[in-house]
Amino acid sequence: MMASSYNAKEEDGPHSGSSTHGGTGAAKNKKPDNTAFKQQRLPAWQPILTAGTVLPAFFVIGLIFIPIGIGLYVTSNNIKEFEIDYTGLELGSPCHDCSKNFTWNSTTPCVCALNFTLEQPFESNVYMYYGLSNFYQNHRRYVKSRDDRQLNGDPTSLMKPSKECEPYRTSAETKEPIAPCGAIANSLFNDTLELYYIEPNGTTTEIHLAKKGIAWWTDKHVKFRNPVNDKENLTELFKGTAKPVNWRKPVYELDPSDPENNGFINEDFIVWMRTAALPTFRKLYRIIHKKPSTTSTLPSGRYILKVTYNYPVHSFSGRKRMILSTISWMGGKNPFLGIAYITVGSICFFLGVVLFIIHHKYDTRSNSADIPN
Amino acid sequence: MNNSGPRYKRSQLEKRLNTDVLWCVALLIVMCLTASVGHGLWLNNFKDAGFQVDGETSPALAGFYVFWTMIIVLQVLIPISLYVSIEIVKLGQIYFIHNDLDFYNEQQDSRIQCRALNITEDLGQIQFLFSDKTGTLTENKMVFCRCSIYGVEYPHVENARRLQVYEAEQNEAAGRTVTLKSACSGKSLSCRSLSCNHSSVSLHTLTAESLEEDQLSGHAAVRTGAFCSRMAKDVVPDPELVRKLSCLSSSALHLKGSSSASLSGLELTYITDFFLALAICNSVVVSSPSQPRHMVPEARAPLKSLEEMKLMFQRLSFYSFSPLQIKGSPRSFTSKLFTRGKTSSFTFNTPPNNSTDGSDPALECSQDTCKLKTKVDLPDRGDREDSAAMSSGEDLESLMEIKADGVKQNLEGMGGDEESEEDIDDELLYEAESPDEAALVHAARAYHCTLRGRSAESLLVDLPGIGSLVVQLLHILPFDSNRKRMSVVVRHPVTGQVVVYTKGADSVIMDLAETQKGSEQAQEIYSHIREQTQKHLDTYAREGLRTLCIAKKVLEEEEYEVWLKRQLLAESSIENQEELLLDSAQRLETDLTLLGCTGIVDRLQEDVPETIEALQEAGVKVWILTGDKQETAINIANACKLLRSSDRLLSANCGSRDACGALLEELLSEVQHEEEREESSLDSTSSFILVIDGRTLEWALQEELKGSFLELSCKCKAVICCRSTPLQKSKVVQLIRDKIGVMTLAVGDGANDVSMIQVADVGIGISGQEGMQAVMSSDFAISRFKHLKKLLLVHGHWCYHRLANMILYFIYKNVMYVNLLFWYQFFCGYSGSVMINAWVLILFNLVFTSVPPLIYGILDQDTPADTLMKLPELYGASRTTKVYIPFMFWINMLDAFYQSLVCFFLPYFALAGSDAGTLSFGSPINTSALFIILLHQVIESNTLTWIHMLVLVLSAALYFGFVQLYSAFCVACSHPTNLFGVETLQITQPLFYIICTLTTVAALLPRILFRALFNSLHSSAPLRSAQRDEVAAERYRQRMKLWNLKHSGASSPQVHADNPGLEPIEDEVVS
Repeated sequence: MMASSYNAKEEDGPHSGSSTHGGTGAAKNKKPDNTAFKQQRLPAWQPILTAGTVLPAFFVIGLIFIPIGIGLYVTSNNIKEFEIDYTGLELGSPCHDCSKNFTWNSTTPCVCALNFTLEQPFESNVYMYYGLSNFYQNHRRYVKSRDDRQLNGDPTSLMKPSKECEPYRTSAETKEPIAPCGAIANSLFNDTLELYYIEPNGTTTEIHLAKKGIAWWTDKHVKFRNPVNDKENLTELFKGTAKPVNWRKPVYELDPSDPENNGFINEDFIVWMRTAALPTFRKLYRIIHKKPSTTSTLPSGRYILKVTYNYPVHSFSGRKRMILSTISWMGGKNPFLGIAYITVGSICFFLGVVLFIIHHKYDTRSNSADIPN
Repeated sequence: MNNSGPRYKRSQLEKRLNTDVLWCVALLIVMCLTASVGHGLWLNNFKDAGFQVDGETSPALAGFYVFWTMIIVLQVLIPISLYVSIEIVKLGQIYFIHNDLDFYNEQQDSRIQCRALNITEDLGQIQFLFSDKTGTLTENKMVFCRCSIYGVEYPHVENARRLQVYEAEQNEAAGRTVTLKSACSGKSLSCRSLSCNHSSVSLHTLTAESLEEDQLSGHAAVRTGAFCSRMAKDVVPDPELVRKLSCLSSSALHLKGSSSASLSGLELTYITDFFLALAICNSVVVSSPSQPRHMVPEARAPLKSLEEMKLMFQRLSFYSFSPLQIKGSPRSFTSKLFTRGKTSSFTFNTPPNNSTDGSDPALECSQDTCKLKTKVDLPDRGDREDSAAMSSGEDLESLMEIKADGVKQNLEGMGGDEESEEDIDDELLYEAESPDEAALVHAARAYHCTLRGRSAESLLVDLPGIGSLVVQLLHILPFDSNRKRMSVVVRHPVTGQVVVYTKGADSVIMDLAETQKGSEQAQEIYSHIREQTQKHLDTYAREGLRTLCIAKKVLEEEEYEVWLKRQLLAESSIENQEELLLDSAQRLETDLTLLGCTGIVDRLQEDVPETIEALQEAGVKVWILTGDKQETAINIANACKLLRSSDRLLSANCGSRDACGALLEELLSEVQHEEEREESSLDSTSSFILVIDGRTLEWALQEELKGSFLELSCKCKAVICCRSTPLQKSKVVQLIRDKIGVMTLAVGDGANDVSMIQVADVGIGISGQEGMQAVMSSDFAISRFKHLKKLLLVHGHWCYHRLANMILYFIYKNVMYVNLLFWYQFFCGYSGSVMINAWVLILFNLVFTSVPPLIYGILDQDTPADTLMKLPELYGASRTTKVYIPFMFWINMLDAFYQSLVCFFLPYFALAGSDAGTLSFGSPINTSALFIILLHQVIESNTLTWIHMLVLVLSAALYFGFVQLYSAFCVACSHPTNLFGVETLQITQPLFYIICTLTTVAALLPRILFRALFNSLHSSAPLRSAQRDEVAAERYRQRMKLWNLKHSGASSPQVHADNPGLEPIEDEVVS
């Protein structure tokens, strides 16, 4: 009766309730309000899931998922990807020597070169990744070992890094604070990869690898910042800090070619600092922009990958890869999603059929049988 | 009394929940152990890896650390917040129970009181219901129904009809305040119906009047006297008895008593004594609204002019100075009248000399002039004066003229007299200790034996044909449960003798009034009276009336003196005072003369038979535990359809333990035999009802016989324990509760039910006529028995389902969410990392998914209320197919595991090997987990209202709002899992949505499929009923209507006069 006003009547108003009493006995009237809410008569949708009611949903899901799956699968297949392992553990590998001799502190860089062939040309922008396997960048202690304030350019944190950075907080010899501190920064990937195209005529041309734009915009511009100071020179800014133990160069000399890409805002560094979710991961290394003149960014043919082998993976039996990939709207190559969508869609469709049968066999019968005589 | 202190009641569900929480703890420990062992082994593989922060820690120690880290990470698995949520849900459930309009009692303006907040769901699991009788099944509004005096039964047919009329009226105008009325209006029904002899007419005037009255004197309700229902007040006198009584007055007028040719003087004496006893043998306090109580009313004689005062004193002096002439004649008649009874019982005692009589007013004069004034002044009711005037001839003609109408009406009949009298009279309110007393006083009043006032030493009583009398009250021997009677010792106003009036339980009084001294003839007459009265008593008991016997005894002065001394001694003694008083009372209450007996009806409350029937259909065994007599109890059981004609009654009454044991064995074998027979014949029609009395119960409850009693009572459909003490009641409840291990519910209204209420799993108090003890010790206090039906069938059912489902959902939610973190451990070296921001992790359970389960637990309705009320079987069905059982727990666990696996591994495979960062990986997982958890609830919900929708949408919105803002603005906060930029980037990526959709659908598929298949293949009763709710309910109703129409003609329309519920037993209606 008074269902229309249920929400307005939550308070026990003296005026509400029975009207028979008029004004006299209203004050002590304990009659509950006859509202839909209080009497639990709110209009309700009763989703009773039976084969009959669920059946359309299953078909619809099936009909939507299968095309999506096919779309995803096709998209994923169109993505060109090339992967080459250069760990060099195998005897025949060009990097075998480097991988064997290597320690963090060796001063002489070990360079090795790998030949590979691209069967198909890569159109549009090509993204160059380095991949590590068995590297637990998500280890709890490891993930913690950084100081976001220091990386954000906080001058006090620069000189007094967070305790989380231990034992990579201060350098053992000079007792100076390490910038950037922590295990993540300390283990920065420091192989250098260069790519050369061997043209059909035999000449090798170096392919330009763009360093900019590999990090997230927010990271580059907001999260990571060099300490602000009146001094222009980065060297001056980082004075009084020590470089991480495993680093060969201090943070302000990470990219000798581009002064804007030094310090905490070095994009390679930023990419590394975004810890990977899984022990096998890839990180964006360079971008090969599509040149307007040529038809394909990377034409099919032979290439040389020149690796300056610095990064040790032997201790955790890891592997190092170089990956070239184009990307689509759904990211990198991943046939799984497409297959998964198709599978789930098919299952739904199949179940829809099963439910349809059940619905016609049982639901109708039991409904009619239920009517009491 | 028998209180053993409140028991902490914990619901069954909570006990069950605790074991499941322990399982969760076990699961947590297993998870943590897995992680710690895994971490140790994993660490063994590495030596100085780049990601190792400190390589020195030994794998074992690191594993140990990880164990504790994992405990912290996964601690959400232990649903601590569940306990808080349960409390909140129960509070919400209580709120709705409290606000249920159906539990509102218009007459008392009271709702249900929920005193225990933590056992709502137990209402849905009740298997045994123990009910008190008086005040629980019945109204505890005693209405005088019939009486037997001098061995003659007065059936009070008019009165019975009136009760029916009330019934109908009440049903009709259920919403209106009818019964509890303060004002005993002068135009009472009794005189109406007498004067116009047409109860239907009076009904109409009555309703109109009552409404009017209600509006006018709403304020008077405050002063409502206890047990002062109008129904109890307005007793329609039996015409036969009225005729006989009028003989008293007429014979008072025509001295010779020739008019009462058919009426022996002895009988008249009996009748007069009987009503006098009804009026004075009580502890009723009289008050009128205009006056404070405990006062002899003087309102009727307001201080008039001096003139009148003078006249009054004149008259007084007239009386006292010439007693022989004026007073002598009526006195002599009345004394003759009152001693006539004695002539048979005692060798004719010379009536107390006139000086004693004369001293009566004189004494009073000295005591209190007011009283005297009252007594003398009232012209229209000064019947004594009337008679005096009449007898003394013409010399007082002037006086007679003044009150001519009164006398005339007196001659015409009582009714008219009463009317004029009560018009002047303002209302009298009787406040009695027990409703029985009030009923009797009102009954006496209907016969114009009106108790007008009470002071410490005297009572003012109107007697028909005699007028106002002051009865000197010598002693009151109050009621106690050992003697089961009460007595008053008075000086008889007319004869001046010391008379003891005793009122008490029939068994006791009949024993005390065994023999009678006197002549042979007198003895013969007396034994005849006794026989007849006993017969009537039996009839009354069979009809379910409460019986009381009235007896009197005339004491010799010397006898009285002797007794008085002892009594005073007893009263003044300090040691053993109680015993001495008891002894003294017992000394006095001997050799009583039985006057008659009364039958008081305690009507069944409305809808009691329907409620009991519904409860039995719901599979609840209803037991009646009462202190009443066996016959009365059986009758009530009959009336409330606990007992059907097809049922077989097994009565267990025996005197010794061995006999009891043998009897139980015998009954048991009989029942078993019968069962076997029925099994073979395949038609089980009759069921057994065990009737056991208090004494036998005492034996049956002993350790050796407990087992067979239990076995026997379980085989019976119902058990009626009569004559049981409060302690026995609680013992019975305890026996069932502990030995069978079922949920018990005890309902009662009086102090004697307190222990039972406390012992039962759910104690329900009925706030009625008998004070607050039961209510105070109860878990729920209702005002009518019929409320139990909805309380159990609807709210109990709902509360159980809601809570059980909520708990299951809650546990599922925790397990599902925590497992996501656990699976991640396999990919982070079991190091205890998380891929979800710490704050999101905390708030997920606390904020984002906390309200929907609460709403689910408070508002969900698995079956509509109408259906639950209509089909009580659903209650039993839902009890047997419990929601919250280990099976369901593990099914939910399994589902939680499945969902978490899907929810983790689909994103895992989608993102494996990609450049996704920790939090970018966690983002789709967390989002889909949220959707899965919320949608899972939508699937599980039986009803979805806008509140559900709102809460679900808000929860999701809150999550998105939070993570977006957090990742947009918080640059360097929440250290290891800084969300900055992650979520803002995620929602721009199609991949995020693709993953979330896939994960959500895939995770919920089995649940939907399971539900759909279960509902389609398994014909569960609640669902069926819900499905056919709309269509079939209508059909059902129509068929019922048709059926009723057909049968109402066929079945005899005669309804039992006193217990309208006692209808001919009907066949089961097709369900």
